[in-house]
Amino acid sequence: MTRQHDVIVIGGGHNGLVHAAYLARAGLNVCVLEARPLVGGATVTEEIFPGFKYSVFSYVVSLMRPEIIRELDLPRHGLAILPLESTLTPLPDGGRLYRDADHHRTWREIARFSTRDAEAYDDYGRSLFYMARAVKYLLDIVPPDPAKLAPRDLSGMLRLGRHFLDLEPDQLHLLVKLMTMSAADFLDEWFETDVLKATLSASGIIGTFLGPRSPGTAYVLLHHYMGEIDGHFRAWGFAKGGTGAVAQAIASAAREAGAEIRTDARVARVLLKNGRVNGVALANGDELHAKVVSSSLDPHRTFLDLVDESELPDVVVQGVRAYRFRGSSGKVNLALDAAPDFSCMPGHGPLLRGAVSISPSIDYLERAYDDAKYGDFSREPYIDIVIPSAIDPAMAPPGKHVMSCFVQYAPYELREGTWDEKREAFGDTVIDTLTRYIPNLKDIILHRQVVTPLDIERTTGLSQGNIFQGELTPSQLFFLRPVTGYAKYRTPVKGYYQCGSGTHPGGGIMGAPGKLAAGVVMGDLGRGKGRGAKGVKTR
Amino acid sequence: MLLETPFHPRTAPLCHGRRWRNWSGYASALSYEPGHEYEYYAVRSGAALFDVSPLRKYEVSGADAAALVDRVVTRNALDCPVGKVLYTPWCDEAGKMIDDGTVQRMSADTFRVTSADPCLRWFQDCALGMDVRVRDITLDLAALALQGPTSREILAEVVTGTDITALPFFALAEGIIGAAPVTVTRTGYTGDLGYEIWVRPDDALGVWDALAEAGRGYGLAPAGLDALDVARIEAGLLLKDVDYVSAWTALIESRKSSPYEAGLGWAVQARPGRDFVGGRALAREAAAPSEWGFAGLEVDWPHIEKRFAAVGLPPLVAGRASREAVPVYARGKQVGYVTSSTFSPILKKYIALATIRRDFARPGRRVKFELTVEFVRHTVPARVVKTPFFDPPRKRN
Repeated sequence: MTRQHDVIVIGGGHNGLVHAAYLARAGLNVCVLEARPLVGGATVTEEIFPGFKYSVFSYVVSLMRPEIIRELDLPRHGLAILPLESTLTPLPDGGRLYRDADHHRTWREIARFSTRDAEAYDDYGRSLFYMARAVKYLLDIVPPDPAKLAPRDLSGMLRLGRHFLDLEPDQLHLLVKLMTMSAADFLDEWFETDVLKATLSASGIIGTFLGPRSPGTAYVLLHHYMGEIDGHFRAWGFAKGGTGAVAQAIASAAREAGAEIRTDARVARVLLKNGRVNGVALANGDELHAKVVSSSLDPHRTFLDLVDESELPDVVVQGVRAYRFRGSSGKVNLALDAAPDFSCMPGHGPLLRGAVSISPSIDYLERAYDDAKYGDFSREPYIDIVIPSAIDPAMAPPGKHVMSCFVQYAPYELREGTWDEKREAFGDTVIDTLTRYIPNLKDIILHRQVVTPLDIERTTGLSQGNIFQGELTPSQLFFLRPVTGYAKYRTPVKGYYQCGSGTHPGGGIMGAPGKLAAGVVMGDLGRGKGRGAKGVKTR
Repeated sequence: MLLETPFHPRTAPLCHGRRWRNWSGYASALSYEPGHEYEYYAVRSGAALFDVSPLRKYEVSGADAAALVDRVVTRNALDCPVGKVLYTPWCDEAGKMIDDGTVQRMSADTFRVTSADPCLRWFQDCALGMDVRVRDITLDLAALALQGPTSREILAEVVTGTDITALPFFALAEGIIGAAPVTVTRTGYTGDLGYEIWVRPDDALGVWDALAEAGRGYGLAPAGLDALDVARIEAGLLLKDVDYVSAWTALIESRKSSPYEAGLGWAVQARPGRDFVGGRALAREAAAPSEWGFAGLEVDWPHIEKRFAAVGLPPLVAGRASREAVPVYARGKQVGYVTSSTFSPILKKYIALATIRRDFARPGRRVKFELTVEFVRHTVPARVVKTPFFDPPRKRN
């Protein structure tokens, strides 16, 4: 059985869907192939335990590009993002640091530790605003290649240079620091309060196999600050219905534009003919044909699994092999019979609607990394908690709750044993750690789902369970992502494109790679103009 | 000192932000927390509880009750069966709007009418020669609005004596919460699934407590006027003295609005032989329409962002709803003005209610919205769209 499409998109994660939606809007006949029975990739909501909906993998939304939400009219397709308003960091001694939208209360909270820090906090926020504003420009462009002399690359580099030279000198300096420093050192320049630095630095380690004192983590911190909701940077939200609702909304927009989305359709390999793409072969033996195939899978799968290495230049094969995944995180999803009671802030107040961060000190985080460096999961891990049911009552039966715990570190490569053997021990460690802060936790757990990096890899296909399709460290960003020479969404194989988080600007529920790649595909197909091209820069 | 509503003992300790506004002389919470964002989302995602006791309430009773209501309001009140509720404006003899509110038909010869401002004298004067009694029951009834997608489930847990889940849109039912008799109307000011609960002041706290307790598992939050303002603009609902000026307070003729000019032409319901206040003027206006109309505007958000980005700022319009009048232009001339506007968090659009020359009020027409950025005026494109901007099926289903 063979069928002909204009474009086949491999993988129905949020980037594959965004990619398909833009191409379909440009009038192309697009087919998305998703291996799992549901679309979303790592952006899924699943009712693992009856009545309780888990955002199984990714759990919060911030980076999703506002123009994608607008251009695809995702609110009409059911997307609603509810605000996450606060961050609580409980301390082992019963203390806490609580920050929320109430400026004065946050000031007082920080001032309990240091008045200087309370004042520096605003300055820090303003500085990161400047940084996010500066870097935001990069999110919307196809990375020019500084090593190429093509007019497009030269003019791109020139525009880029101009953009950054427009910054005030101290902002430019700060940006260089962000790209090179560790999160801990960077924060030392502002603050003296350990718990504040630790909690802020936690954004710098998420999804990377690095500790807060490792250089390069300051950038990851900025990556998590660039998220924009309704014009405000650093706003984090929670998709009503769980993160799966984001994928469902994009899928609905893509279908409305005419894209076909097939689930339970695992692609085994990409078909080539005379050195260019000709379609894909499914695991069930079916073949589908198209002149363009875009892979939203990670670079390892896109380059090494789906095509034969012999079709690729050695330098690309080596580049992809050297590209770092190093999954470092897991998740524990809990169904709870009642609301968790934090000993540092008893009662069921607004804190339940925010994030709770188990990050009492920089040493705590660094020690958690120490365990992982040598192949163990952290004995006392960093945990980022949200309780979606406190924000969206539809996530759990009335009065009951779901609690999402992102856990780091959980190294993909274990020193001893396998993740299948260690899964429950890992889950126990997380629960034990949490119980120190939530005394009633063990009494209210109805169900727990432990997600190891191996489970992430097995279920979503993300190599080594890396949530970003490859670490977001400066050496793997922009024109270096995923490999030099192929950061513009094309591959060495004619007609074969990349559109996943393994390309610029990287991971998180952002959609930018899918959209930027769609612009490149349309440009190559001479589809620059037309209804769907609105807002897409073709290259 | 502002007055306290019967719910004040509950609302005051919850009002952490201590942000109160004067609503008809009562202290009314703007938001309970420092910001209104969560309360807004409670309306759209869970449920929100608003204290709407300061509304004016009147009881119209007697053999000619229906005749009086039918004489006063623009809707066809004789066709309102017992157990139904109408939203309606009412006008002066010149067909200019005085106020607007709901008319609840409690029985064949008893109505309750709500209004924003006092109307007792008007209703009584209109009743000259009729067998009817109009009573101000504002102080006899406390009121709560329970609005949002989970509001039905919450009410189902506390209301006995009637199947509240079967209550249709714009209908009313008598029931009991705890031991307190209540009237529940499926009405509200948010454009969402929602109810209003009318209760004797002595029973107010018990009803509040029952709802708060039942609502705990359903994402119920007390909510204030800031959240309500965003929701009502999304619902395309007018606010008196903001989106239209009452004929009684307008000092000059041009400030007054007819229902047609305010987008409420659908609520002017003539009937052969029907004589209602303003009816003749409105019939003339229907035949020779006014040059003014009402429009919902969708303002182009990327242009707003671009204007702010040009000076290095994030778009500072996102946040609370604005009640500032803003000029609207077309073809280089001013063609009207926006009366209310807000960024809609659920639609991710900047929306506005406008009074605008009728030629430009048709959906699809393109106009320009004045935007001031850093003390400099610009215009950004806007498009006339149908209201409500947000109209979920659950509102009626």
